Amino acid sequence: MQQLLAIRGTGLGGAIGRVGSAAIDCLRALADVRTWAPLIVAQMRRLGVDSVPIAIFIAVFTGIVLALLSSYTFTGAVPLYFVGSLVGKTIMMELGPVLTGMALAGRVGANIAAELGTMRVTEQVDALETLAYDTNAFLIVPRVLAGGIMFPIVTAFAVAVGVVSGWITAVNLLDLSTPEFFKGLRLFYQFKDVWFGLVKAGTFGLAVTLMGCLQGLRARGGAQGVGRAATRAVVLGCESILVLDAFWAIVLL
Amino acid sequence: MILFEGVSKAFGSNQVLDGFSLEIPHGQTTVILGYSGSGKSVALKHIVGLLTPDEGRVVVDGSVVHELKRDELAELRRSIGYVFQFAALFDSMTVEENIRLGLARRDLSPAEIEERIVESLRLVELDDAGRLLPAELSGGMRKRVGIARAIALRPRYILYDEPTTGLDPVTAALIDHLMIRVRQESGATGVVVTHDMRSAYSVADRIAMLYDGAIRQAGSVEEIRATRDPVVRQFIEGRPNLPSATVSAPGPGVGP
Ligand SMILES: Nc1ncnc2c1ncn2[C@@H]1O[C@H](COP(=O)(O)OP(=O)(O)O)[C@@H](O)[C@H]1O
Ligand SMILES: [Mg+2]
Repeated sequence: MQQLLAIRGTGLGGAIGRVGSAAIDCLRALADVRTWAPLIVAQMRRLGVDSVPIAIFIAVFTGIVLALLSSYTFTGAVPLYFVGSLVGKTIMMELGPVLTGMALAGRVGANIAAELGTMRVTEQVDALETLAYDTNAFLIVPRVLAGGIMFPIVTAFAVAVGVVSGWITAVNLLDLSTPEFFKGLRLFYQFKDVWFGLVKAGTFGLAVTLMGCLQGLRARGGAQGVGRAATRAVVLGCESILVLDAFWAIVLL
Repeated sequence: MILFEGVSKAFGSNQVLDGFSLEIPHGQTTVILGYSGSGKSVALKHIVGLLTPDEGRVVVDGSVVHELKRDELAELRRSIGYVFQFAALFDSMTVEENIRLGLARRDLSPAEIEERIVESLRLVELDDAGRLLPAELSGGMRKRVGIARAIALRPRYILYDEPTTGLDPVTAALIDHLMIRVRQESGATGVVVTHDMRSAYSVADRIAMLYDGAIRQAGSVEEIRATRDPVVRQFIEGRPNLPSATVSAPGPGVGP
């Protein structure tokens, strides 16, 4: 029996099973509002607000490159105002959520894993449990919810900045006027472009923070164990973003 | 009463506890002795359900710990104070906030909570340290805050994991004194895990020695002092390894 459990606990199946059962534990812990509610604002500030600068930085450069890249691709065959369409669609639906998500996976995922990993190896997690706290409700839920709420907000910032950056680039470096850029932007725009990107970003936020929490809480040993947990959290966070990205494309497009 | 009944626990191939049985009677302080790495902390963690036995069971006040449901386990934990080996203070919180965190899970009024914080800090003689962060405390002070955090809960049981290890003799004696006082004032049942014999003799009503995953001998302080068991003798006298013949056959005519 024990051997059977050991086998089930290893490999990809085991990993998915663990994440699944952890997610179920978190759903149950949602009922314990009194514990997590007071903590969520601080987490939102830490995970979200502090991540805005890096998201904006990425968005500015993505906007520039997209504008130049699309005009280079069109080479006169397609009306130049399509630059606006391409920049808008790509940033809203794909690059905004994914690049922001990746950046936050590094920042937020590593941060959470290091924090909870340190708490684990210094027995602070054990101490919380002996004080009759539920680790899920006290540590995981506020972080994961904050991630689910803040990733879309940060992504929305990034999308806005990216479009503006594309527009400024188009007007200054390409032979395109402001009305033409916005004509292109509006041409194929659907409201779905926006919510599709933001829903994706929300799931990225849930996944990245959940990975950070789980890896942190699994940390063993000393500083080295915490370091390993942080690295694993970032890698798994990025991988989940890519998998979810494809998943949403298949399901919703 | 806390009962260990044939508890076995392994981590991978490392068999830490192997048929560990011990009765910890009410209202007394039981000391569990053992070498570093012998599984003392592992044994303690079974009492509060932080670890689950592979075999056997731990019974606290009539309930089997690993069979308790979530809320029942939380309820049990509310009756136990746990003092961790390295204090395990929440390092992002001040001393006061550390103590308040545990109290917040009880049905206490805010006034009662503040009163208990002050009272428990006074008991460990850290009246003025309430606003400091754990990083600003010495090792001995941290341990005392760990004790304050546990006693503020007024638990029926207090578990101390190596409360005096790594402290200078004077601070260690102070902690011993504190443990005795807590026992006298609250009547809480104490379990102290240690390898510090001086501390063991000063706080114990009963002593048990953990060796090779199980209890080698358990008894009153006098019984342990007078033991003929070579393993226990060696430990309490702090002698390095003797020739194996001496250890395995302590009879007349053998020995120095
Ligand atoms: N969570 C754990 N995972 C794996 N091994 C552990 C764990 N906890 C303790 N051990 C191992 O169990 C043994 C006993 O540890 P411990 O109870 O901490 O000893 P001590 O008697 O010094 O308190 C050690 O070999 C330790 O490595
Ligand atoms: Mg220990």
